[in-house]
Amino acid sequence: MDQAQSKKQLYQKRVEEVSPKSNLLVNCAWAFLVGGLICTFGQIITNIVKNLGYTRDEAAMITSIVLVFIGAFLTGLNLYDRIGKYAGAGSIIPITGFANSIVSPAMEFKKEGYIFGLGAKMFTVAGPVLVYGLLASVIVGLYYYLIH
Amino acid sequence: MWKHLGEQTIRFEAPPTILSAASTVGPKEGKGPLAPYFDVILEDVLWGEDTWEKAETKILKETIQRAISKANLDVEQIQYIFAGDLLNQLTATSFAMRDFKIPFFGLYGACSTMAESMSLGAIMIDGGYADYVIAATSSHYCSAEKQFRYPLQLGVQRPLTASWTVTGSGAVVLSKEGLGPYVTYITTGKVVDLGIKDSMNMGASMAPAAADTIINHLLDTNRTPDYYDLIITGDLGSVGKQLVIEMAGEHDYDLSKNYTDCGVEIFDATSQDTHAGGSGCACAAVTLTGYILKEMEKETFQKVLFIPTGALLSSLSSQQGESVPGIAHAVAIESQLE
Repeated sequence: MDQAQSKKQLYQKRVEEVSPKSNLLVNCAWAFLVGGLICTFGQIITNIVKNLGYTRDEAAMITSIVLVFIGAFLTGLNLYDRIGKYAGAGSIIPITGFANSIVSPAMEFKKEGYIFGLGAKMFTVAGPVLVYGLLASVIVGLYYYLIH
Repeated sequence: MWKHLGEQTIRFEAPPTILSAASTVGPKEGKGPLAPYFDVILEDVLWGEDTWEKAETKILKETIQRAISKANLDVEQIQYIFAGDLLNQLTATSFAMRDFKIPFFGLYGACSTMAESMSLGAIMIDGGYADYVIAATSSHYCSAEKQFRYPLQLGVQRPLTASWTVTGSGAVVLSKEGLGPYVTYITTGKVVDLGIKDSMNMGASMAPAAADTIINHLLDTNRTPDYYDLIITGDLGSVGKQLVIEMAGEHDYDLSKNYTDCGVEIFDATSQDTHAGGSGCACAAVTLTGYILKEMEKETFQKVLFIPTGALLSSLSSQQGESVPGIAHAVAIESQLE
């Protein structure tokens, strides 16, 4: 059994060596650039909306709505996955990526019907983000309540 | 037991002939280096259907139909169909079978299915149970991604070890009578698992099974790699191909000269952005029915060892932390009988 185990370990080590690695530096640079562009674009929207006389909170909300719309729209045009191919975390982490993660399964599972397909599968990727995001906010909320 | 050789191999007493072969591929494969060899190249992945799954069924059905007409046979003359695909409960295949009134065995060997169907079909014929048998398989990039991975439009990066599922189908008609190419030997593979858990590196998870089957085939038949003009695995891609050469080398079998992999041949990895190469049942199937058999007709190759490989995972097994076992079956195809 030990021999089998060491054979496995040797093989796994060799697989590590043979498998091509993605270029971390290039990927980080792309993520920084595209992620930064999305955030800068968001800031431009916020500033424009604030100049139109909305409060900071309202401007933040409007910015989110605009960015989510753009993310969803680009997903529908089959463009967001192409951006994501280069940008990686740079385009999946911002709110536009959240929109992409909801719209892409919705598009894919529309054929299984609006209830069990689109409706049920829409949150397969984004679901965990929502669950743990809400859970974290409840914990922070309780903590805030208790120390005050 | 004299038809059974060594540990895992069968030598056919009356080797079945591959009477005809047909291949259908999707648009991406149709832009690859093997494009001139395929019978039908689709312009879009839906082929007029409204779902990818229906498109896959249609691709398989039309390919089988084409193989039958190329053999100048009527559908009624086919006695059995051995076929399978990657979708849950083999729906692509069984739905295609609704239109053929032919006895059918559904097979799941992941991407090794072409060898599994050919092996069982050949046994059927050599055993005297049938005159004409179809062996076929299909896969579809979109339906496979949908079932095993992420939605197509999700903006995530694929690792460089990942492979690209081939859209298409390959079918052969095996016949009792004929002038070759013949299925002379089959070596049925064992499930081999060296503990690779990365479902995005299937070449590495299947390579040990491929090497094991190749080595056992050579031992059982008492042949050396240079007996064959071509030794070709199914869908290991560039990473798995390298590993197979190394593992066979450890047993003193030199595969560096005449060995390649269908997944490496079917796409141009740099210009087509397929990373490690092609995969899926159709990868081996269309490379056989397109490239290999057509080159055998031209006598570029006379003796080919064809070894489709399968990664035996499900989307649940990966999430449960299981490793990915591999399997590989070898089929020896020869223009002349010894």
